[in-house]
Amino acid sequence: MSERVRNGAYDDWLDAIGDDEGYYVECENGHGWLPPRRVCPDCGSRELSEEPLPEAGEVATHSTVHVPTPQFEDDAPYVIAVAHFGPASITGMVRGADPEDVEIGTVVGVEVGERATTGDRAVVFRPR
Amino acid sequence: MSDPRVAGASVTRFGKHPERTGRDLFAEAGLAALDRSGVPADDVDALYYGNFMGEIAEHQGHQGPLMAEAVGLTVPATRYEAACASSGAAIRDAVRAIRNGEQEVVLVGGMERMTNVGTAAATDALAIAADDLYEVRAGMTFPAAYALMARSYFDEHGGTREDLAHVAVKNHEHALVNDNAQLQKEISVDEVLDAPMVAEPLGLYDACPITDGASAAVLTSEDYAERHGLDAPVAVTGTGQDGDNLALHDRQNYAATPAAAGAVAEAYADAGIDADDVDFAEVHDCFTIAEVLAIESIGLYEPGKGISAAREGETTRHGETPINLSGGLKAKGHPVGATGVAQLVTITKVLEGTHARADAVPAADVGVAHNAGGTAASATIHVFEVKA
Repeated sequence: MSERVRNGAYDDWLDAIGDDEGYYVECENGHGWLPPRRVCPDCGSRELSEEPLPEAGEVATHSTVHVPTPQFEDDAPYVIAVAHFGPASITGMVRGADPEDVEIGTVVGVEVGERATTGDRAVVFRPR
Repeated sequence: MSDPRVAGASVTRFGKHPERTGRDLFAEAGLAALDRSGVPADDVDALYYGNFMGEIAEHQGHQGPLMAEAVGLTVPATRYEAACASSGAAIRDAVRAIRNGEQEVVLVGGMERMTNVGTAAATDALAIAADDLYEVRAGMTFPAAYALMARSYFDEHGGTREDLAHVAVKNHEHALVNDNAQLQKEISVDEVLDAPMVAEPLGLYDACPITDGASAAVLTSEDYAERHGLDAPVAVTGTGQDGDNLALHDRQNYAATPAAAGAVAEAYADAGIDADDVDFAEVHDCFTIAEVLAIESIGLYEPGKGISAAREGETTRHGETPINLSGGLKAKGHPVGATGVAQLVTITKVLEGTHARADAVPAADVGVAHNAGGTAASATIHVFEVKA
């Protein structure tokens, strides 16, 4: 699924993750989100700043996916997880671990990988 | 305030109709609802219509006027899209239009054609109810999203795959006498547990099927029903809707659906009831865990306590508060945009005593419909009561 037109804020964010300079968007009350955000959905604050993403996150929930969408056909089975990186949370695929070893609380780093199926970029978590 | 009456309601058979066009499916349900209502077509003021994936399944946008035309109407016709809660949202606006006196008679309904595109494309289409950039491109599927919620629920409250299996077994048993159901097949707990995994801890039998079908109902003002002597004892007495962050990861808690709870609070207050008054409910069990979250959100169970309800028999047709007497999405089928109004159809028939499972709640006078879109980023609740 190659795309000529970038999804600016999303692709910029992936670029930054790939350069090990990941960030999230935080409001003045400490609520964290992925870009783009012009307003905090929690408190309505418009005072948002980019903050460096913590190096390590913690798996909050996970699932091994056996029936994927067509764009992930050759990736399956794979582990999908939500991980908390400070106040921001990210959804990604866990690689570099036996699915049986992924647990709530597993500490992971985030990087940019490729989908086996399409070669498109994808958010990847790797146990640290 | 006048409570809209359900004057006529109908569904097509739910299942695989890969060669039937959406307009034909909706025409069947819509014309049957009109016929049952006894309301002349000329009196219909508007169509409120739910559909989710029409562009993908049929390359067809702008379905409102198309579906109105299919049932012989030239009226204001608008399509509602709120993922799997599309026709729940349609009911809500129809109810409001009648209550505020702008319209007296409306047709509500929904249709989804899904099997013609195949399982892979349907999985892809359903996934776009999630956040495309940050969930779908990260590998999220719809079953995976509910699997993440199930894992979180088990971690926070306890529970097992076997508890969830009892939800599937119950709903299949309920559907055995529902001739409009997609899956009229008894299943066992072991069969659920042994089925292929879709997204752990959810297997094939934890998931609703991919379904074609349509639903429709004629709603009228109380005054119209009285003036025309309609046989329409069931009223919509409460409506509620609430929302949540679209992406699951942006929520505080993955083991609850606060949008549904918010919609419930609004709908119960609107109807002047509380959870103790609810005799039965049709809830959005797209996955077994979804029924658990639903019965907690509608106030029948405290958070963390709904997991054992089916296993204990409390939500079976023999239990105190039967859930999904139709078979639910799990066995009846889930033509996404038609589901909200299909719940209305079931509840109306149960309250009127004409549903095949009405004998489960012979004295029922309050039924609740819980319709959720995505991972309940949209939720609508409607309360139905028997009026003299």
